[in-house]
Amino acid sequence: MTTPLLTVRDLSVQFHGNRVASALNQVSFELGQDEVLGLLGESGSGKSVTLRTLLRLHPARSTRIQGEIRVGGQDVLALKGRALDLYRGGTVSMVFQEPGLAFDPVYTIGRQITEAIRAHESIDARSAAARALQMLEMVQIPQARRRFDAYPHELSGGMRQRAMIALALACKPKLLLADEPTTALDATVQIQILLLLRELQRETGMSVIFVTHDIGAAVEVADRIAVMYAGRIVEQQPVDRIVHTPRHPYTEGLLAATVGPEHRGQPLRAIPGSPPDLAALPPGCSFAPRCAYVSEQCRRDRPPLLAADDQALACWHPVRGLVEAA
Amino acid sequence: MNTPSQASPAPERGGRPQPLLVVRDLKKHFPVRDSGFGGPRKFVHAVDGVNFSVPKGKTLGIVGESGCGKSTTARLVARLMPADAGSLIFDGEGVAEFRGLHLKEFRRKLQMVFQDSFASLNPRLTIAETVAYGPRVHGTPAAKAMQQARELLDRVGLDAANFANRYPHELSGGQRQRVNIARALAYDPQLVILDEAVAALDKSVQAQVLNLLQELKAERGLTYLFISHDLHVVHYLSDYVMVMYLGQVIETGPVERIYGHTAHPYTRALLSAVPSMDPARRTEASPLAGDPPNPINPPSGCRFRDRCPRAHAVCADRAPELAAIHGAPEHFAACHLNDTASGHPDAGQEFSA
Ligand SMILES: Nc1ncnc2c1ncn2[C@@H]1O[C@H](COP(=O)(O)OP(=O)(O)OP(=O)(O)O)[C@@H](O)[C@H]1O
Ligand SMILES: Nc1ncnc2c1ncn2[C@@H]1O[C@H](COP(=O)(O)OP(=O)(O)OP(=O)(O)O)[C@@H](O)[C@H]1O
Ligand SMILES: [Mg+2]
Ligand SMILES: [Mg+2]
Repeated sequence: MTTPLLTVRDLSVQFHGNRVASALNQVSFELGQDEVLGLLGESGSGKSVTLRTLLRLHPARSTRIQGEIRVGGQDVLALKGRALDLYRGGTVSMVFQEPGLAFDPVYTIGRQITEAIRAHESIDARSAAARALQMLEMVQIPQARRRFDAYPHELSGGMRQRAMIALALACKPKLLLADEPTTALDATVQIQILLLLRELQRETGMSVIFVTHDIGAAVEVADRIAVMYAGRIVEQQPVDRIVHTPRHPYTEGLLAATVGPEHRGQPLRAIPGSPPDLAALPPGCSFAPRCAYVSEQCRRDRPPLLAADDQALACWHPVRGLVEAA
Repeated sequence: MNTPSQASPAPERGGRPQPLLVVRDLKKHFPVRDSGFGGPRKFVHAVDGVNFSVPKGKTLGIVGESGCGKSTTARLVARLMPADAGSLIFDGEGVAEFRGLHLKEFRRKLQMVFQDSFASLNPRLTIAETVAYGPRVHGTPAAKAMQQARELLDRVGLDAANFANRYPHELSGGQRQRVNIARALAYDPQLVILDEAVAALDKSVQAQVLNLLQELKAERGLTYLFISHDLHVVHYLSDYVMVMYLGQVIETGPVERIYGHTAHPYTRALLSAVPSMDPARRTEASPLAGDPPNPINPPSGCRFRDRCPRAHAVCADRAPELAAIHGAPEHFAACHLNDTASGHPDAGQEFSA
């Protein structure tokens, strides 16, 4: 990895509503050009907040952001006005978890993609529309010409998801943030979209952060996987190793809870307990109350995220230590 | 011409549990906006003659390509939109018929959990209020409804002390989806339709929710219609599986038949598209090429034939009917390969039971 495209340093995000929730706690990671990072983790662990913060989508009023984000040398947290508009959707764009959030229900999808292109480039309406149609074809929306004039609610869940990928890629971003882009798709279309993302990523050399709960899907596209728990990254490994040799007890639990054909007829092995209240995080390791390997130290001291080669781990009593495998 | 009324799965015989839900010849055609002047009005054949039944206390998994009509089928069953044709029998009674089951009562007994967790929650209610809302409307005193709501939130893994007073926007996607499940259960329904209800959950929470669904099924004898793209989850949860393609049922049967001895080439392609979980064996090509056919103008004969590796002339000529697989009770498939009299040269060779 030469100079990384994206550098995130000690990023913390707090929401100040009725209660103060620390959604991200000193998250640090880097992403190289041309690299695909898979982000796994507990529901509510801060994956979407990470992506939304990268895109500066949180209202400044109720959100407190600390730390540093750099994309291609730009200080993202300092961007304002036109520069921010160009950054959003131009340099970095996002495929959302819920398609309802990306499309405006009152305009056709073709028009929305066309306008997204025109907002970032000086290009006439006709060429922008032609490119929008091309994008719909590229993500393999059947009868793309007809769907161009469809309203979002007229598309099935899967087609809306493809349309959103088309929208996200329309301005040729350097960094694509994909928040569970294939959760709404059937297995055959999912694999098509994963292959498509892989192909587009290779062709364009864009970097991708791919959030998913589907470890199988992450394995298909990611080079590296980071695992989040309670607003922190607890483990990072190259994809080919993490599935076979998880180090953090949470990662191990997550893999063990994944449903496979062998589980029929028996209860699944869910990790016991529930995640901590982000308004009152425990002083030590956030996973300690649910961890089978817990010790006094875990309850008292927060384990730092230690890096070695291409791996990182935050745990006092890992299933496998970092040195062991190195 | 291309939709002879499909043979319905055989009526239940003695010994099998009574069906809770019977759906007959369900149809929904959405009009397509006119793109020009005149010309005949066009329709999307979203659901095109669907028949099925779900035995009491069982789970029917519904799978199929994105856009094949699963959600529309679910919405028609839940009466969230009017069907163009077809009938529903719920617990032995016709729904909304003269002397049949009253629609309001039906709507309590049947609950639905949707794909899009955000759209289905009221942003102005706390999640405990959301969960308590249904029972209150049906006459439960406020304090009792709130108490039950807190218990349900605990059961779906959302610690009530921490979550009860939050608003939907203060939750993650997976947390919101669990609120939706708790809300549905609060009505004390008989049938729960889950449309991609666990897709947004992480694997550990998903395991919790699946365990919960199984427990509730055993405790309350709940019946589920479970729509999902996750073929592992469908395998885990379902007693029966129904496979749809372009608005029609193309295969249905006991889960171990569908997963072990599928009798339809589309099901076979679908099942082989599941990622391997092995980074050394990444998928190189999709097992299913091409686009699904145009639902406005479905092809003649078998709707899958354009993409079927085993299609033959007869597949364009005649639509295969959903027919019993020889020697496999309750297993039905719509493919000429299963019928030695169909005229398909490979008939009877590979798929026979
Ligand atoms: N605007 C907000 N105000 C208060 N809390 C919030 C807000 N947005 C998110 N949160 C909280 O921050 C945490 C992280 O949420 P996030 O959406 O990032 O989770 P996630 O990892 O994407 O989970 P999922 O896999 O369920 O989508 C959650 O506990 C959520 O309740
Ligand atoms: N309100 C509507 N108006 C017009 N067409 C519609 C409408 N709702 C659905 N359709 C069309 O009906 C077909 C079936 O859609 P449906 O949402 O039932 O599919 P699905 O099987 O649930 O797909 P997915 O797995 O992607 O959710 C699709 O072609 C869709 O575009
Ligand atoms: Mg999320
Ligand atoms: Mg659907």
